[in-house]
Amino acid sequence: MSKAKVAFFDFASCEGCQIELTNLGEEVFLGLLDHLEIVEFREAMSEKTTDPIDIAFIEGSFTRESDRARLQSIRARANTVVTYGACACTGGINALKNHQSDYLINVYGKDAMSPQLDSQKALPISAAIKVDYQVHGCPVSMKEFVYIVSHLLHGKEPVILDQSVCAECKKRETVCRYTQGDHCMGMVARGGCGAPCPADGVPCEACRGLMPDANEKALVKVLQEKAGLAKEWAETKSRMYTANLRSDK
Amino acid sequence: MGKNIDINVNHITRVEGHGNIVVNVSDGTIEKCEWQVPEAPRFFESMIRGRHYSEVARITSRICGICSIGHTLASCKATEDALGIELTEQSWKLRRILKHAETFDSHVVHLLFLVAPDLLGVKSVFPLLPTHPETVKQALRLKNFGHVVGSLLAGRTTHPTRPVPGGFSSYPTLDEVKAARERLENEVVKDWDAIVQTLASVAGQIPTFDRPTEYMALHDSVEYGLYDGCIQTVMPDGSKQQWPLDDYLSVTNEFVVPTSTAKHTRNKLPSYMAGALARFNNNYDQLRPEAKAIAQTLGLQPQCHNPYMNNVAQVVEIVHSLHTVKEGLDDLIANGIEDQPLAKPTRFDSEGFGAVEVPRGILFHNYQYDKEGFCTGGNCIIPTNQNHGNIQFDFDKLVPEMLNKDMTQDEMRLHLEMLVRAYDPCISCSTHYLDVEFKE
Repeated sequence: MSKAKVAFFDFASCEGCQIELTNLGEEVFLGLLDHLEIVEFREAMSEKTTDPIDIAFIEGSFTRESDRARLQSIRARANTVVTYGACACTGGINALKNHQSDYLINVYGKDAMSPQLDSQKALPISAAIKVDYQVHGCPVSMKEFVYIVSHLLHGKEPVILDQSVCAECKKRETVCRYTQGDHCMGMVARGGCGAPCPADGVPCEACRGLMPDANEKALVKVLQEKAGLAKEWAETKSRMYTANLRSDK
Repeated sequence: MGKNIDINVNHITRVEGHGNIVVNVSDGTIEKCEWQVPEAPRFFESMIRGRHYSEVARITSRICGICSIGHTLASCKATEDALGIELTEQSWKLRRILKHAETFDSHVVHLLFLVAPDLLGVKSVFPLLPTHPETVKQALRLKNFGHVVGSLLAGRTTHPTRPVPGGFSSYPTLDEVKAARERLENEVVKDWDAIVQTLASVAGQIPTFDRPTEYMALHDSVEYGLYDGCIQTVMPDGSKQQWPLDDYLSVTNEFVVPTSTAKHTRNKLPSYMAGALARFNNNYDQLRPEAKAIAQTLGLQPQCHNPYMNNVAQVVEIVHSLHTVKEGLDDLIANGIEDQPLAKPTRFDSEGFGAVEVPRGILFHNYQYDKEGFCTGGNCIIPTNQNHGNIQFDFDKLVPEMLNKDMTQDEMRLHLEMLVRAYDPCISCSTHYLDVEFKE
């Protein structure tokens, strides 16, 4: 069987999800290369291609209208499009600026209107083109990445459970952040990461986005009543990674 | 009839982020010679406003996935400075080991996966799999070790969880520390020794080029400064000058240029260089003897004014950091790790400054907090944006030199790409610093 041709593309992001790929370790990394041929990956190689691609992996948010044509060209020659990382899947942390009207002036001062600084709302890649599969997280969960890729290579449909981070904390017997006097978004956050943050003593920020039908109002109430956050903080807190997913956007 | 050259590298590969090289020579006359940065800006400095001090480092670590440990540490230090948070001795020790682990990890990736293909005459690491399989495996194992040690202390290396203002939210077990120490002894040292031999055999491929400039780095009075220190620069004549951290705006002097979404910087000369070579030139005396020995083997000595040699300075720093990590792990095994609570703020309504050396150079974070501990504004100046101006001036000197040597267009293109790569630019970071006090 010939190897699947895959390519990696990046938009507005920190490229941390790409670097996570190199953290797979010798065995998994070389194992993947037995089954796929990387035909384009700007950060790692100089080769480029205009040929059809079996799987296109896209990292980063869609923040400039000028990027739309490049995305459409990727879509046109890719059989399957997979977005990976919070920026590509939900707009990610970049979308925090969507709630501000003065971000250009704040960062660039008198030069804010320079044409090269053009930037629209930070949106998920799915706002520009059709996306077939998503690998969530900031950074992406490499276990999930390998799971989804291996299913695609075998022509199988990857199954991702709708499970909250709270459920995963319970499974690994992590003490609840609220009992430690902290706050957390685990009850409305999309799981699949294995809940590493609460296990490391820090609250979940819902970097994988929200559960389907997440009760945002209840979250704000819990943040106020159980964690003692002031109303305004409770409201902005629950927006850190979910700016594009919330009803109050 | 003079030479015609048309180089348009859009975007340069094997670097982090997006940069373009544009050189046009018409009938022997240089019409355009530009290092451009078209990266999408991301506005972090604006996004941290209104955020609680406990959230700020978690947001700013996302500026960069490669140096996210460094961003987290610089951010925590700035917040701790603002809020009067005093770290324990143990937290200081753990952060110092972490900083060295990040340097090791990042330099290994850059040298072995991004730079080595140029020296071995290929376009990426992948063609090396059939020709140099053992070297690729050694590189992957070394990379993984950097990740393992970093994760041990930071929770994970991409957007770390454990380092937070006041110390660490969680600690490794002694068994985990011992396992890493054993791996270092049994596997890492052997892999590294083999890789150094490979690197030494291709070191002759590094171009000779000389452009004296100003070199900026942290300087710590007690050790080769990565986690702590004041700002220091060394001039081409070897003279040094120091500034306190809270003076960082007066040494960086950011300004906007039309070819770039990243601001440029300058201090005493029209540009300065940050990174491994800048640290080497500033703090050579404080390197460990093992690191100095490698420098000598590979022909690097202070003061070196060849930016391509930044890659050799990275090899030297890998050795320095590996030995420092080893010593740090031994210390943890000997003295144990206590489960310490976080140190608390002692004041609010204040401003703070933090800097660390990330692999690409000196990184500044600076925040203001209100009386409730919410951020009212901040500024981050990232090393790559400090290097953009220096890269442009290198281009301005290098292109005429290459024309005089009658190099082909392909040779010139490769040399320009290698020059940019030598800086290990992290372009996606460099475009999202903020500047509250805009300089005229």
